[in-house]
Amino acid sequence: MPHLSTYVALADRSEQTLAESFRAVAEGHAAEADIFHTCEMLARWSDGHRDRLAPVVSRYGEDDSITEPERLHASGLAEVRSGQIGLLRDLQDLHVLATLVQTTWTVVAQGAQGLRDRELLSIATSANAETSRQLSWLNTRMKAAAPQALIVDPKE
Amino acid sequence: MTDRIADIWGDRTPHPKGSVWPARVDLHLENGLGEADVDRWVQSACVLCSNGCGCDIAVKDGRMVGVRGRAGDVVNHGRLGPKGLYGSTPWASSADRLTRPLVRDGGDLVETDWETAMGRVVEVSKKLLDENGPLTHGFYTSGQMFIEEYYTLAVLGKAGLGTPHMDGNTRLCTATSAAAFKESFGADGQPGSYTDIEHCDAVFLYGHNMAETQTVLWARILDRTRAADPPTLVCVDPRRTPVADEAERTGGVHLAPRVGTNLALMNGLTRELFANGWVDDEWVAAHTLGVDDLREVVEPYTPEKVAEICGVSSGDLCRAAAIFGESENVLSTVLQGFYQSHQATASAVAVHNLHLLRGLIGRPGSGVLQMNGQPTAQNNRECGADGDLPGFRNWNNPAHVQQLADLWNVDPLTIPHWAPPTNAMQIFNYAEKGSIELLWISATNPAVSMPESARIRRILSGDQCFVVVQDLFLTETAQLADVVLPAAGWGEKTGTFTNVNRTVHLSEKAVEPPGEARSDLDIFLMYARAMGFTDLDGAPLPSWTNPEEAFDAWRSATAGRPVDYTGLSYDKLRGPSGIPWPVNDQAPQGTDRLYTDPVFPTDTDQCETYGHDLLTGGAVTEEEHRAMAPNGRAFLKGAPYTPAHEQPSEDYPLLYTTGRTVYQFHTRTKTARARSLHDAAPDAWVELSPTDAEGLGISEGDLVEVRSPRGKIEVRARIGRVMAGAVFAPFHYGSWDLDDIAPGQQHRQANELTMTVWDPVSKQPYFKTAACRVTKLESGDRPAPAPTTAASAPARGSSVPPTEGGEATTSQILETTPTYANDPAAGTAHPAPTGTISGRS
Repeated sequence: MPHLSTYVALADRSEQTLAESFRAVAEGHAAEADIFHTCEMLARWSDGHRDRLAPVVSRYGEDDSITEPERLHASGLAEVRSGQIGLLRDLQDLHVLATLVQTTWTVVAQGAQGLRDRELLSIATSANAETSRQLSWLNTRMKAAAPQALIVDPKE
Repeated sequence: MTDRIADIWGDRTPHPKGSVWPARVDLHLENGLGEADVDRWVQSACVLCSNGCGCDIAVKDGRMVGVRGRAGDVVNHGRLGPKGLYGSTPWASSADRLTRPLVRDGGDLVETDWETAMGRVVEVSKKLLDENGPLTHGFYTSGQMFIEEYYTLAVLGKAGLGTPHMDGNTRLCTATSAAAFKESFGADGQPGSYTDIEHCDAVFLYGHNMAETQTVLWARILDRTRAADPPTLVCVDPRRTPVADEAERTGGVHLAPRVGTNLALMNGLTRELFANGWVDDEWVAAHTLGVDDLREVVEPYTPEKVAEICGVSSGDLCRAAAIFGESENVLSTVLQGFYQSHQATASAVAVHNLHLLRGLIGRPGSGVLQMNGQPTAQNNRECGADGDLPGFRNWNNPAHVQQLADLWNVDPLTIPHWAPPTNAMQIFNYAEKGSIELLWISATNPAVSMPESARIRRILSGDQCFVVVQDLFLTETAQLADVVLPAAGWGEKTGTFTNVNRTVHLSEKAVEPPGEARSDLDIFLMYARAMGFTDLDGAPLPSWTNPEEAFDAWRSATAGRPVDYTGLSYDKLRGPSGIPWPVNDQAPQGTDRLYTDPVFPTDTDQCETYGHDLLTGGAVTEEEHRAMAPNGRAFLKGAPYTPAHEQPSEDYPLLYTTGRTVYQFHTRTKTARARSLHDAAPDAWVELSPTDAEGLGISEGDLVEVRSPRGKIEVRARIGRVMAGAVFAPFHYGSWDLDDIAPGQQHRQANELTMTVWDPVSKQPYFKTAACRVTKLESGDRPAPAPTTAASAPARGSSVPPTEGGEATTSQILETTPTYANDPAAGTAHPAPTGTISGRS
């Protein structure tokens, strides 16, 4: 299993990036009350996935030395954009990051099945389901934000 | 002659289970007038709470001078509450009514004519449409207008302008009720009926101080609990309300969960049903979806864990669960204690779950009443003035949008359906940013009623948004407007409205409005004509010109939908009053309760929504919904408890919750203009538990400061019956007052402290989850101005003089109970208690 540990590491890293990015958007758009509270909550979900993964990481060893999948690592949102169109773009970035997280869990689950690693399979499956809910919220919120952001001239 | 300030619920008419509620006709006339002095009586229904009591308006010399309950009305069987009796008419002839339009000139509001005022609105409106299109327009209405007015506004907004920015203050009072119905049953619509009270074995009241918010409905319950075979009551409330007292009296339970922990409590109750085998597995398998997920979600909520989170004893929780699990028929009612608190939709849905798990729905005595806060809130939801599409249509379903496009003869793309409708909180957010540049507010007072009121005042008074206000009085909100339009009120116009249990009433025009005031319908139509809205053939849009035509248009919009009005007409509503929808060829006399089959409107092509994630608000897609194949089965949906957004801290150690008193309605625009009601609760107060008060060195009547991270109030303290750790403040009091005791002041406005935060699904703001601290400012020389008669009563052993002194009313118990259409107890009328004119004080 030369690459499973790499993917376990990727799951851990990408969840970390997603959590940090959710928090950055929460802070940066704190005036939007629902963005603030929901992003904080969704960041905690990603934290929870990492907590559950931690024993597996120590079991397999977190190997992020292999260069090939390293290119998959996405950098998070260092700083948020301003205004309504900025919020829309930030949500879109979160969606991209969450998609990476989700496909990573899909891949990890495949590996876990091959290895009959029930613990990892359970973690990957439940984390994947919660990532779907994160994506679903992002989609919903983008749809709500889009018309006003795109059509009405924002006054900054 | 009854003083209904002192005697809130009036005389009892106890009767056995399964028999028709006896009739009692309540009456109040101003200035000592007698029934013989009245020129004429005009049919209507009361608008001073959501109960929808049928009444007749007394008219003398062209003025409304009082009201009398309609004995034959299915809702109230003749009764009226203190607000309805005392508050229905005095406001109308108040000297400070708005009688002419006002426009802002050089910073001041000055009187003008309609042409000038509407001209100014239309000029701004057309300019904004040219520059940036319809998303520059927002509308914020009420739970107190009529069907005809909501539907007209919905059509001009959705088909004329094409803006998704439309909502009502119903977002503050009843949005969670609608959202919970949609999540569980696929569409809005009250499943139960008031007649369930006569047939149930237990009543659960969740965050619902019915004794004060719907006094006549509470009288209906008391007439069962004071009979020989009473139902058992269970009360969930952080205050020791009259409901809590009655729960204890009937051998039930008062559960006082820590503010913000409702969902943990509900999950605990649900788990008990599973753990004790109180689930009807066969019924659940046939008529619901999602039981396995729900079982998994609630599994961690053992009685011990719930006790830890909620501060409720595990024994009390188990006893309440047993009452639910073992009673043959259970009625549940829900209101703001759930709707305006943390995890609102998930908690309201949990009430449905309990009923669905036992199959307790769709039969007499087993029902759910998700209440409303306002008399016509239901119509705001039905007609689409809350942003939803009219007739409980699904904005996400192209076929539903096409139905409306055909009905209105407009391009379906005009109708805003590309995104969820914009909720009130978001509308004010856009107005704050100036991305909504015209905000039109009708029949509501957000400067007092919305959370974080300092922010709302800033938004309304800023230059970034042009504000139009349409109201009876120069309210705190109207004072901040750019244009103020004088509106006709209840009794000054004709229209229909629907109460909490789907019952439709006609309210006829009794008198002329003052001065140049016009009905909301006429004002909306005036705007639509001035804007030149037309359909695809160039015909005026909306096509109607008067209330009855508007009602007929609304009826056709409901054809084929759960909310079916097609069998109603003004003529029919003039008959025996109070007809619950659906009314159609299959049910020409209306329908007492829904889901008797039990088939729920969850079919993908029929439903009003595909549903949401209760924790995030993320929307379920059509594909996902179709894959579940609900086909008429109800959804069991659960969510884990999460702590509220603001927790007590060292700086703000107490939990702050807001609410109501029996004598006032909303921001008191009508009730405080009635002397009896005003004097019963003349000024704001705050309630503290004896424990907290002692720790803070505060005594009854002391002036205290209550502060949250957002603002503060300075009011007198009532050492009362709120649970330790919590602080209760009534939200009715703004800067206006009958006696001008607080001109221009916000020092007593409860919403100075509340947070801008809302439920992820219903988008209802949370008024009951802030943290605060209380400090004594000065010693009091008199008790707090809080009533002693209900939940704000002083703690035991206190010597505060009782609240009393209402004007005289009469109350007559009828010896023969009328026949009520659809009443499942029909033909079982029990001989009414003897005695006619009753007197107590």
